[in-house]
Amino acid sequence: MESYLTYQHYWWFVISLLCGILVFLLFVQGGQTLIYRLSGGDKDRKTLLINVLGHKWELTFTTLVTFGGAFFASFPLFYSTSFGGAFYVWMAILFFFVIQAVAYEYRSKPSNLLGARVYESFLVLNGFFGTILLGTALGTLFTGAEFTVSRDNIASLSGSNVISQWQSPWRGLEAVLDYRNVALGLAVFFLSRTLAIHYFYATVNSNKIIAKSRRPLIVSTVLFLVFFLVFFGGVMLGGGYETNHATGRIWYVAHKHFHNFVELGWLGAGFLLGLVMVLVGLFMGLDRCKNTIWVSGPGVVVTVTALMLCAGFNNTAYYPSLSDMNSSLTVSNSSSSLFTLKTMTYVSYLIPLVVAYIAFVWYLMTKKRESVDDLDDAPEKY
Amino acid sequence: MTIFTITDLVDWSRAQFALTAMYHWLFVPLTLGLGFICAFMETIYYRRGFDPEWRRTVRFWMRLFAVNFAIGVATGLILEFEFGTNWSNYSYFVGDIFGAPLAIEGILAFFMESTFVAVMFFGWNRVSPRMHLASTWLTAIGANLSALWILVANAWMQYPAGMRFNIETARNEMVDFLEVALSPVAMSKFAHTVTSGFLLASLFVVAISAWFLLKKRQEAFAIRSMKVAAVFGLVSAVFTAWTGDTSGVHVARYQPAKLAAMEALYEGRNGTPLTVVGLLNTDKKHDNDAPIFDFEVKIDKMLSLLAFHDLDAFVPGFNDLIYGNAEHGIMPVSEKMERGRKALEQVTLYSNAMREGDTGELARIKRLFDIDTPEGEAFYNDYFRYFGYGFLKSEDEIVPPIGLVFYSFRVMVGLGVWFVVLFAACLVMLKKGTLVRRRWALWLMLLSLPLPYVAGQAGWIVSEVGRQPWTVQDMLPAMASVSELSYEAVRTTFFIFAVLFTMLLVAEIMIMVRQVKNGPEAIKD
Ligand code: HEM
Repeated sequence: MESYLTYQHYWWFVISLLCGILVFLLFVQGGQTLIYRLSGGDKDRKTLLINVLGHKWELTFTTLVTFGGAFFASFPLFYSTSFGGAFYVWMAILFFFVIQAVAYEYRSKPSNLLGARVYESFLVLNGFFGTILLGTALGTLFTGAEFTVSRDNIASLSGSNVISQWQSPWRGLEAVLDYRNVALGLAVFFLSRTLAIHYFYATVNSNKIIAKSRRPLIVSTVLFLVFFLVFFGGVMLGGGYETNHATGRIWYVAHKHFHNFVELGWLGAGFLLGLVMVLVGLFMGLDRCKNTIWVSGPGVVVTVTALMLCAGFNNTAYYPSLSDMNSSLTVSNSSSSLFTLKTMTYVSYLIPLVVAYIAFVWYLMTKKRESVDDLDDAPEKY
Repeated sequence: MTIFTITDLVDWSRAQFALTAMYHWLFVPLTLGLGFICAFMETIYYRRGFDPEWRRTVRFWMRLFAVNFAIGVATGLILEFEFGTNWSNYSYFVGDIFGAPLAIEGILAFFMESTFVAVMFFGWNRVSPRMHLASTWLTAIGANLSALWILVANAWMQYPAGMRFNIETARNEMVDFLEVALSPVAMSKFAHTVTSGFLLASLFVVAISAWFLLKKRQEAFAIRSMKVAAVFGLVSAVFTAWTGDTSGVHVARYQPAKLAAMEALYEGRNGTPLTVVGLLNTDKKHDNDAPIFDFEVKIDKMLSLLAFHDLDAFVPGFNDLIYGNAEHGIMPVSEKMERGRKALEQVTLYSNAMREGDTGELARIKRLFDIDTPEGEAFYNDYFRYFGYGFLKSEDEIVPPIGLVFYSFRVMVGLGVWFVVLFAACLVMLKKGTLVRRRWALWLMLLSLPLPYVAGQAGWIVSEVGRQPWTVQDMLPAMASVSELSYEAVRTTFFIFAVLFTMLLVAEIMIMVRQVKNGPEAIKD
């Protein structure tokens, strides 16, 4: 049992880490919402921005796919409860990511049916809704959702066989009724814009773009901090559910997430470390430092990972049910079997190798900052 | 009945998944094959002292690869998430097994593909030629590795292996990863599916090259491309047929109702003939005596031979499968349903005992579900193996849509034979140097371009429609797999995505056509 619980925690850690990396990589989405603003209507500069983002869109996309796949494999009950339940939210997220995938490739190609403007608007829409919807959905890991889980249903000979049932007819859209979810959605959105500008400092060689980025950077940085504080404060002040992994019993604890940071000192320290890195990054960004993204980016990964760990560690229900407390999901009642978790753990040892080659390729491809002239000489571009 | 009058959630969920899968499969096979073709061509470029002609050739095909690639990735994302959104009960019931290959696919294959694809497109002047070549190969390998894992997952649904039912969690759990990953069905499915992708991509290159030859443009480029593609195409076409035959043997063994649908076989017998072509009589149902075919051409004993490698083997038809055939040890579906319900009842009894804290009862039921105990083994063989039948409401639910499967199978196999002939002829003419003059042959190649797409779609119809009603063979039918949604919700999103995908498909085709017309001469160094 003990070791089963360890694997369950390990996999919650992997999910948390993937989520941290995903939120960092959403800078691609944030950048997409800035292509008009920062190019100031200049076609070449817009193309430059789209190209430096375009070299990374796949990475964000793949991380999203892997995040989904890993969640499915390690916590299938979450997959069936949230995805099948918050149907409209997930479908909307999918829609806004599909339109992104083709937009880069099709935008500048002749005979592309819809015209460059439409594909650019796909990028902008993906940037807005992709981030806000994902952020709002993540918020429900802290604030809960309206569902019930009953495993007996599978064998029902008369009633419904569906194990996870959603209780709200709004199928996930009701998440906007909790201000904390919306605040997280907006925080993720403004963070993605902030990180995008940090990324441009490292990859774009254009004084005009850099000059135009100052105001949106300040606005995004400030709004990110405001919305994040609203979310964070709301979650720390609110309650959460605690469980006994051995008996499966679940009960309410006031300020549960706050306690988690205090009781797991290393987690609180990790969170603070991440936060400090993010803050330092934000200040470096205001100074237009080229290496900002290498501070703010890892800072975001650490902070988000710590937040996600806070949602699931320390005997916390990571997906609280607002309809029936006992249906809430915890790492122990929603995970895959010990055997599956163990098998996948062996595979996960390869993750550092994957990260290493991604970093290597990133380095190779962005050795020097790119200018409009470079793009003119490039054999291929978006 | 029109599509607008369907009010059944299961059918709409099927439609939504089929829509996504079919669109996905319009793009993916080209990615699978063209990746390797680009890798072959770039290797030649590298080996021949960086011949600029070969560089232009590779870059031309890579551009088409790029146009096609993104949309395959996009539709793949939706497929993955639709397991959760539309088939949530399924996701819970078998997520322990099914999710693992999907996660491995993400970690091991997708990152490889998506990291190196950026180098492949944009790295020409940024990385060394060696690194570029390696990236092209790694992109192709990554794409095919992801196909491996998702096909392992699909194969497991058709032939559930390496798992046990856990009564405490009320779901199936993996007990042997290698049995899942290396199951014979998974291997043949992977081999058949990827080689069909290689074939498709080869024909894509051959057909477009034929167009250039017909236009008398870029002839050297076209011949060069064709040589690579025709060799790869012929090898792939032969492998596709061979692995298809192995798949057929597996279907016969593990999914007899699918085979009966593929052959429109109602009455089983020893030495069953193979229907080469046939026109089905639409009045025929399993419970009437109407003739099956309006027209047919048969080869005696052939089906027995192909399916069981024995001229006199017994191949069951629907009447045997539904009503049973004691002589051949086939149990009637009504009996299986009865036994399945008994297995389901035990799950309910277990939940009740949990609630009441009845430890004696809990221990009894646990033993039943422990296959290592004698009671467990008996319970497994007598009841649990029919678990999925317990969900069925009537015995003829095990019959999939016969016409669709029957015709699709013939379309796939017929085209499979045509492709072997086409590639072989192409190679012979290339070798003799007569191809450029034979305009009819070039036209045939060009007009064959859509055909492997048709064959691939037909293949998936055989495989997926043919296994209905099961999402997991004999274990879970579609009706017990769906999420609890209103059909209107699924219908709405079905149409939204149908419009979106169609629009994107049209855009892709228009862009491709334009890129082809621009030709390799439009590529600047
Ligand atoms: C030439 C003779 C061929 C034979 C005997 C054959 C046989 C089969 C069989 C028996 C299946 C069903 C497997 C299952 O349900 O598990 C299948 C599926 C399929 N076939 Fe074919 N096939 C042939 C040619 C082709 C061709 C030419 C293509 C495409 C270019 C193709 C593409 C597919 C695909 C995509 C599937 C679905 C995936 C799978 O189940 O493997 N096949 N084939």
